[in-house]
Amino acid sequence: MKDWQANKLMPGAIIPKSGTAREYKTGGWRSKAPKWNEEKCKQCLICWISCPEGAILVKDGKVRGIDMDYCKGCGICATECPFDVIKMVEG
Amino acid sequence: MSKKRIVATTGNGAVAEAMRQINPDILSIYPITPQTAIVEGFSKFAANGLVDTECVTVESEHSSMSNCIGASAAGARVMTATSSQGLALMHEMLYIASGMRLPIAMFNVNRALSAPINIHCDHSDSMGARDTSWIQLYSEDAQEAYDNTIQAIRIAENRKVLLPVMVNMDGFIISHGIQKAEFIEDEKVKNFVGEREPFMPLLDIDNPVTYGPFDGLGGFFMEHKKNQADAMERAKSVILEVADEFAKISGRKYGFFEEYMLDDAEVAIVTLNSSAGTTRHVVDELRAKGVPVGLLKLRVFRPFPAEELVNALKHLKAVAVLDRALSFGSVGPLFSEVKATLFDLEVRPKVINFIYGLGGREYTLQDAKRAFDVLMDVAKTGKVKKTFDYLGLKEVEVLT
Repeated sequence: MKDWQANKLMPGAIIPKSGTAREYKTGGWRSKAPKWNEEKCKQCLICWISCPEGAILVKDGKVRGIDMDYCKGCGICATECPFDVIKMVEG
Repeated sequence: MSKKRIVATTGNGAVAEAMRQINPDILSIYPITPQTAIVEGFSKFAANGLVDTECVTVESEHSSMSNCIGASAAGARVMTATSSQGLALMHEMLYIASGMRLPIAMFNVNRALSAPINIHCDHSDSMGARDTSWIQLYSEDAQEAYDNTIQAIRIAENRKVLLPVMVNMDGFIISHGIQKAEFIEDEKVKNFVGEREPFMPLLDIDNPVTYGPFDGLGGFFMEHKKNQADAMERAKSVILEVADEFAKISGRKYGFFEEYMLDDAEVAIVTLNSSAGTTRHVVDELRAKGVPVGLLKLRVFRPFPAEELVNALKHLKAVAVLDRALSFGSVGPLFSEVKATLFDLEVRPKVINFIYGLGGREYTLQDAKRAFDVLMDVAKTGKVKKTFDYLGLKEVEVLT
């Protein structure tokens, strides 16, 4: 099934592989975007815990940025941030 | 070795016995009258260690069907039973079960939908689910309910079909009425149903798959729906193949419908479920007086055996379709399909509709006689006075 494509239909619309959500970039749904202020960030990681999309990029225990390919702009990170370092802006 | 048994049983008892012999992996349990005795009876089998089934008690019928869907996608052989409001509450999930092509077998004991509150028989529940892409089998009595339940598993799981099957029988009249039925030997049923060979099950962790994906504007939703319709069409030959094989272990032969005294009849009644018994009795009475009447009892409503029905009915002068459900603002659901099916004939029978038995209203011998009287009048005069009418309606004053 390695050569499977969407136009090769399986009964029940089964996709014969897993993890396919990765291939569907949902960033296009966004109307507002989070703007993260790296300098003021206390690295509490509450935004990382709160993000329903896993779009907060973390490496070595520190927030490094936001993955705009998958961020839907829901604003939960901005609401949850106790230090007000994430703001929702146009785009 | 268990033996073939002839027993006195309720319809519910017969279905529970079929389920015991099938021994499914999962049974979703939620009680609703008049189906309750099916899952109650099965629970006793489970408590006594007679089956290997995991009985899952759920908090609603919506959850019941959701549980069936998850378990079936995982690869299990799954069954459940319901009635009326319960089937209505499942409605959303019925489409998901069929859309994901999950071979779930469900027993539905036909019962009216409120309001007014009523727990008795009519077909509003299953007719409300006619467009959900579930195969629908109907059963005249406990024997047919038992036989259809066993065949349902094989039809649903056939690789050419992979669609859920709903087996129906009349609430109380059959579900609670005690009748004679013949149960096949356990081993024969076990061999007949075999083991489910699931298609791409979720629990095959070496070959991970995705169930229930999004398929929007740029996708292939419409093509998937066509595939589903094609599977329904293929189910026709599978239903007949399974029936042939079932005849070998049971001695009982099934098709899309049963024809009774139809070959040389001039007029006939088309009906579903238990009303066929009453009608058959009246056919015998009228035949003894030389009146050329007949009966067609439909067993398979989905897929609708249009071509076969045309061949069975085309020689008649008049046909009455009996509906135990009503599409308000239109006519009976069975009538509209039978009539549409016959329309393409150059010379076709006159087709009329009788609504009967709503909310458990008794369908009497007199009702059947009245229907045949009307039919014979249509046959004689070639004229239909009333295309749509009711049987067994009380005279009342309606206040508006």
